[in-house]
Amino acid sequence: MRHGKYPFIIGFLVVPLALYLVFVVGAYLQMFQLSLTDWSGYGGFTYIGVENFQKLWDDSVFWIALRHNLYLLIVMPIVTIALALFFAFLLNSGGKKAGGVWGSKVYRVIFFFPQLLALAIVAVIFGRVFGSDKSGMINGLLPQSWTPWLFLADERWALTCILVVLVWQAVGFYVVLFSAGMGSIAEEIYEAAALDGATKVTLFFKITLPLLWDTLQVAWVYLGIAAFDAFALVNIMSVNHGGPNNSTQVLSMQIYLNAFQNSQAGYASALGVVLFFLTLTFAALTLRVTRRDAVAA
Amino acid sequence: MTNLAFEKSATTTKPVPAADRQRRINPLNGVAHVALFLWALATAGPLLWVVLASFKNNTEIFLGKPFALPESFSFSTYADAWSEAHIGQYFLNSVFVVAISTAGTMLLGAMAAYVLARYKFPGNRAIYYLFVSGLAFPTFMALAPLFGIVQSLGLLNSFTGLILVYIAYSLSFTVFFLVAFFKTLPHEIDEAALVDGAGHLRRFFQIMMPMAKSGLISITIFNIVGQWNQYLLPVVIMQGAGADSKWVLTQGIANISTQAGYHAEWSTLFAALTLSILPMIAVYAVFQRQIQAGLTAGAVK
Repeated sequence: MRHGKYPFIIGFLVVPLALYLVFVVGAYLQMFQLSLTDWSGYGGFTYIGVENFQKLWDDSVFWIALRHNLYLLIVMPIVTIALALFFAFLLNSGGKKAGGVWGSKVYRVIFFFPQLLALAIVAVIFGRVFGSDKSGMINGLLPQSWTPWLFLADERWALTCILVVLVWQAVGFYVVLFSAGMGSIAEEIYEAAALDGATKVTLFFKITLPLLWDTLQVAWVYLGIAAFDAFALVNIMSVNHGGPNNSTQVLSMQIYLNAFQNSQAGYASALGVVLFFLTLTFAALTLRVTRRDAVAA
Repeated sequence: MTNLAFEKSATTTKPVPAADRQRRINPLNGVAHVALFLWALATAGPLLWVVLASFKNNTEIFLGKPFALPESFSFSTYADAWSEAHIGQYFLNSVFVVAISTAGTMLLGAMAAYVLARYKFPGNRAIYYLFVSGLAFPTFMALAPLFGIVQSLGLLNSFTGLILVYIAYSLSFTVFFLVAFFKTLPHEIDEAALVDGAGHLRRFFQIMMPMAKSGLISITIFNIVGQWNQYLLPVVIMQGAGADSKWVLTQGIANISTQAGYHAEWSTLFAALTLSILPMIAVYAVFQRQIQAGLTAGAVK
């Protein structure tokens, strides 16, 4: 290369790297430091050793939140992927030459739209859809004589309502993603298998699914990240930020509440540290579980 | 299940001409259509309900019958939402913040990615992995220290602070995506320009950027949608005295929703929601192909 290579490289890297180091890397590094302090969020702090972590271990709300996160982390991707695969398969089942089912383009456009809405806006909408009197959409649709369902105000169902909204928003995106994947599978493979007498179900499980495996893996990771967060939904939809009675409590809400409501930013950082290692474990596990030999096409 | 049996008989026969096969497959899609139609209804229903309710008064909303037409169409709720509930202000704040931070993300992200993808230098891999590692961890994890950093820089409750944080947190994916993209671009044109005496800067702006157009558009859409939809970061950064005049749309609407609960001002809330949904529908209607491609491009590496 010619002269001036290094000044150019440094010139192009210095600003993005500085921003990233200050706001992202800096925040993660400080999280480890602050987890050992009694920082309130403002002013100074003193080191208190692992006290925050001991408190965390004894904090029943932390365990509830963790359990809810694990529940969402497992159920939400499974339901979303299953529904998206089902709809993508229906949309593409006519085959490439037949152009899919009638109106498949319109369906794809409608399904995808929720992806464009902020989760916070979706949360506000569904807060009203699940309204616990006749002003709520679902209760408004039920016969007048019925007692309105409480939905988000009912401990037993509140978390399910959150789950439904997460799935509602995500499905369309994965329908489009899986449709693209299915579209790239050569028609000849299906024809050859069909000639051998394979049923539609067999075709799906023996050809479509294995050939989509990489896309499914990506989908699983993306959905895992979305399910892990859920902050906007819980903060906006749930009764009393994670209620009723912590039935919708999640870790992101706990971090937020401790940092900004309870003035326990040190404790919130300890939560972050625990989460940091949980995320690492999850990422490693995901890669291991979903790793499979690529199917030769 | 009947279609499966039908399909089997259709597919086990010898290959038939395309037109013939199409005729055979189409009628079996009855069940498929019902399923697809129901999901489309479930998707569009809540949105349609919001638009209808935005024209109703509170009494009508509380009567139930969610899909009944309003007694009279009045736009007064919209005027209330726009000016009294400050939706206009929040909307403009969002546009301003997202315009600048997306532009910043694209410029800085493309610069870093270009250098990382096309130049050999010590530390290249380390810097790349540093950027990409940010993808693994959810934003909310380091919320408290992030607040501390923004505060110590004196940027709390300022657009500058929000924009810088948006850019910083968008860089991971932007760099990850664009490095892969810049690597696929041919080296020949680049080298020819080098021989002709074009400098590094000139090659970047006049050759690589235009060649990378499709990738840049995809990731720009990704960043616009992502930053427009942010909720957590503005909630953390835009707080303090007088913060509400600088709120972005998501924050503003979430707040109206809380307020509406106390004052039973549901119709204003629905008007505010409609005002936030309609522009998205309009943009989506025009650019739906590019938007779908742009958002899914990130997922298929």
